[in-house]
Parts: sequence; structure tokens; C-alpha cells
Amino acid sequence: MAVFRHRTLADREDLLGRLMLAPAMAYVLLLVGAPLVLALLLSFSAATAGSLSFSWVGLRNFATIVSDPQFHSALSNTVLFTVVSQALVVILATAGAFVLDAAFVGRRLVRFLILLPWAAPVSLAAMAWTWIFDSTFSVINWTLKVAGVLHGWFYWFGDPTLAKIAIIAVHVWRTFPFATVIVLAGRASIPRDISEAAVIDGAGFWRKLFQVEMPLLLPIVTVAVLFGVVFTSTDLGIVYLLTRGGPYNSTHVLASLAFQRGILGADLGQGAAIALFLLPVLIVVAAAMLRLARRTEVGT
Amino acid sequence: MAYVETRNLQKYFGDVRAVDGVDLAVAEGELIVLLGPSGCGKTTLMRMIAGLEQPTAGEIYIAGERVDEDIPPRARGIAMVFQSYALYPHKTAYDNIAFPLEALRRARSFIRDAVQKAAGMFGIGHLLGRRPRQLSGGERQRVALARAVVRSPRVFLFDEPLSNLDAKLRAVARFELKQFQRQLGTTTIYVTHDQVEAMGLGDRIAVMDRGKVRQVGSPQEVYENPADTFVATFLGSPPMNLVEWSGDTILGFRPENFLPKAVFATDDGVVSFRLRVREVEHLGASRLVYGMLEERVRTDQPVIADLPVTIRTPIAEGEVYDFAVARRALRHFDARTGLGQYDGAT
Repeated sequence: MAVFRHRTLADREDLLGRLMLAPAMAYVLLLVGAPLVLALLLSFSAATAGSLSFSWVGLRNFATIVSDPQFHSALSNTVLFTVVSQALVVILATAGAFVLDAAFVGRRLVRFLILLPWAAPVSLAAMAWTWIFDSTFSVINWTLKVAGVLHGWFYWFGDPTLAKIAIIAVHVWRTFPFATVIVLAGRASIPRDISEAAVIDGAGFWRKLFQVEMPLLLPIVTVAVLFGVVFTSTDLGIVYLLTRGGPYNSTHVLASLAFQRGILGADLGQGAAIALFLLPVLIVVAAAMLRLARRTEVGT
Repeated sequence: MAYVETRNLQKYFGDVRAVDGVDLAVAEGELIVLLGPSGCGKTTLMRMIAGLEQPTAGEIYIAGERVDEDIPPRARGIAMVFQSYALYPHKTAYDNIAFPLEALRRARSFIRDAVQKAAGMFGIGHLLGRRPRQLSGGERQRVALARAVVRSPRVFLFDEPLSNLDAKLRAVARFELKQFQRQLGTTTIYVTHDQVEAMGLGDRIAVMDRGKVRQVGSPQEVYENPADTFVATFLGSPPMNLVEWSGDTILGFRPENFLPKAVFATDDGVVSFRLRVREVEHLGASRLVYGMLEERVRTDQPVIADLPVTIRTPIAEGEVYDFAVARRALRHFDARTGLGQYDGAT
């Protein structure tokens, strides 16, 4: 075998490192960085879909949306959907991870099935959900009807509260698999000795869960929640495909409202301002959660 | 009546017989060591007593009560110290030690006093505010011991608790462990693969191999009168010399009993051998002499002699010398079964 007597590219870790990072950097800069800068510029302009002329209008777009009740409802919906769905996801994912950790026949199949929603294309899934929540053919309604539980009828997308519940349900369904897998991985990383020590020390199921396992899972659950918050609060697809913001614009979130105003309504400036509104909040959330995760990890 | 007892206890993992019919009786207040090579089933046996593994068959009794069927670990009155210590990393030393008492829902003031007392016992009272990662290995081990002691269990289970300590600390920790076990008088089952630890700590040693207990006895008994060739060679460093004697007997003698013939005052009660010396190792306090037996038995059988530094007989590699063993230091084993033959039991 030939021995390379000079440094090859593989020996030059500094150069190699940069080279291997380059595609990712290019991707982030072109597909995330550039649009972000563009959105920032647009949010301070009176640009419309018809003319991309940058006429500087300062904070006017922001002033307009802040005084817009529709924006307020979209903002509170975004927060509501995110907080409720992520709270449910944390509980369900933790429970799910415990179930999947237990040995039982068919565990592989169940694990696969649980992961499926994560892999399913959102449009396909939304079609299934529109059927589940259909005003005439809703399987939920028919099931409840046949079971004799439901006497009236749920018009899922006709009633603001029901529509919100439906949206949250789909968010939960969509984030749950990912969070479950993360928590499952986190559980596997807890040394078996520690769980066993808790058993021997006399801890019952709940004490072991809340005093030993949950605190050790906290860093990883935090990561799962961080991802969940970012995905849910910026999601356009679910609201748009299920309700299009209806009924009576009651289920708009920031992303769908931005899309409606900026693209459908052709007011690019206002759309950009709405879309950007959550950015500082998300940055703070991300920073706080990463800090928390790090603190728990280091254990200070 | 034994305090902890197993009857024909078995644990199979698939086809592997991890524990293969163990009858063990531990007296109240006794410290018994389960000693054996890794994979001999000693840890599995302990885990079954703890309730962390369900036996395939057999029975376990603690203080006369049968526990293997449906008494969970928390109700068995046991405390366990793990090899890794298994401290709760997110809790302070205080909260670690307090945990078993909190699980028992004891009053806060009771817990505070008990934790202080247990911590005082191991000299870690000043470390109670620290988390495990802020403690040294020896300190963690003490926290683990304090956590085990704090709720006054009926039985201590120790799973190689000293093996993560460095050699110097281990000797001290071993001494302290024995002291406090004596002081508390709590029945203790101690698992280790380290024979020095076993000999130093155990009131009795149960030597295990391939899922079975080969011999139970005091350290002196198992060392001097090994039940079979496995025990004979597992205990002692270097191990007992085993040489073919006659067709159906194996002769065993400890290296430290195999000395130059000149050392023995008379020929009475002495069996002598011709030894061709291949190598001599100087270990400071002793000399290890590696060689081959030349006559009397089948030739070319490797043996080791362990000469204390007080024996100054010059020994050169490649030469042949007269060596001897006192007759009372000779042990006989059945060549087929490997079992020891004692008191005319042949």
C-alpha cells in the first residue's frame, strides 16, 4: 500500500472542516439568511406583490398590524396552539416513551407506527384530517353517534372553539412522534443503576418518575419542546390546509395571516411584518431553552 | 434459622444458566462474600435477592419470609450499593441520602437527624450540599454507603462497591467497610471478583463458578481446604500448584508451601521433588520461582514456588534443586471430578 508522504487534504483538519461545512453554510445563507434579510427589508417598505419597489415607510407596517384586531387574534392563537399542543406533547411523549421502553410483543411495529405521522407528508395527512373533521362525514362524530355518546353534531370547522381544538389535535399528532423518540433516546441514556437504585430505595412509580427520571430527562425534553415550539409556532400548513383561518378568520395564526395578507392580499410589507413578529420571541425562547438544557447538563 | 436463604435458586437467560440451583444460607449479622470470576452468576444471584431479577425457579427467604413471589424490592428491607454508586446526579449528597427516608414518608425532622447521623458515620457531614459530580470517587462511595445505612435495612447488598476506587483508597475503604458492618451488625451480602477483598472482608466466602456455588466457608477454610480444583486455582496468587500424582489423583500444594528442601529441619512428614528452575522473579518481599518437576510424578509439569525474602537460598535459572512440601500441606483431588479428597473420603 502506498504511503502518502505529504499532507493530504484528509490530514488538514482546518481546511477539511471548512470544506465540509461549506454546503450547510451555503444552504443556510441562501435559503434562510437571504429570505430573512429580504423579509426584514420588506417589513420596512410599502412593497406589494405588484411592484417590488422599496419605498421606505419605517415602522408603519408594524404600527398597522399592532393596532389590527385580526393580528391580535392571530398572535393569541399562535401562542395558544403552541403552548397547549406542546404541553400535551410533553405529557404524551413521556408516557409514550415509557410504554415503548417496556418489553412487549410487537414493540418494533408499534414504534414504527408511532413514528409514521412524523414521516407522512403534511398535505396527505391534512386530507385525512379534513375527512376526520368533515362536517358531514366526520368519523369522530359518527363513532360517537354510534356509541350513543353524541346526541347533537360537531361542526368542527364551523365553530371557532371546535376548529381550534381540531388544529391543536393535529399539531399534537404531528409533533408527538418526534418528541417521543427524543424522550425515548433520553431514557435510554439514564444509567440502569440509577433507576434500580430508586426502586431499591423504596420509590414507587410516581416518585421514581418525578424525582429521578424526569429531572434526568429534563435537558432532552427541553430540546424536544424547543423544536416543538419552533415548528408549531411557525407552522403554516396545518391551519391553512384545515381551516384556512376560518371560521370568520378566528383560527388564523401569524404564519397563515402573513400568507393571507402578504401573498393573497399582495401587501408584502405587512405580510413580512407579521411573519417577523415572532422572530425576537423565538430567539429568546431558543436562547433560554438552550441555556436551561446546558445548565441541567452541567449540573450547576 | 438463616436470615437470608435461597433454595435451589435458578435463573436462565435463554439457554444460559446464569444461576443454576443455588442453596445459600446467610446467618443474621454475617458478612458473606460471593466470589467468582465474571459471568459466574454472583451478580445475578444478588439481583434476585434484591428483587431486580425474577428467578426462573427456586425460593428466596429474608428473615423467614418468602420474598421471591410478590414482595417488591422496596418491601424487602434491603439496601444496595452499586459498583457505579448509582447516586442521583441531580440531587445533593443530602438529598441522595434522604431519598430512601422520603420514600418511607418520614417526618422532615426525623430525616434531617438520620441523614446527619449517617453522614457523620462516614465523615461526609461537610459535603452534604454538594452534587455527586463535585465529589471524589471515595466521597461518592461514602455517600452511597450513607444512603444504604440511613434507613436501617435488614440486609445490605454490596455489588463490587470498591472496584472503582484506586488501589490505595481501596485498602482503607475495605477496612472501614468491615468496621462499620461489625458495628451495625447488619446481615451483608457482598459481591466481588477480587479474592483479596473477599478474604479480607468475609466472615464466610461463597465461591461461585458457572452458576453454582462451589464452596462456602471461612476465608481460611476455602483457602486451605478447597473443595475442588476450581476453588484451589481461583483463590491464591499465584494459584495452587496442581500436579498429576497417580492415575486418578491430582496433588495440590500452595506455592508458599513449596520451598527448598534445605529449609525443612527433618525429612519427616516431607515430600520432596526435583525442580528444574526456568525463571526467577524478584518481587521485593518474595521470590517467585517458575520451574518444572523432574521426577516422582509425571515430568515436565509446571509449578511455582513463592519464597519469602527470609529464605536466602541462592537459586539460579536453568539449575535443578531439591524442593519439598510438608505432607500436611498437600491436598488431593479426584482427577475425574476435580473434587477434593479429605479425611479419608477417597
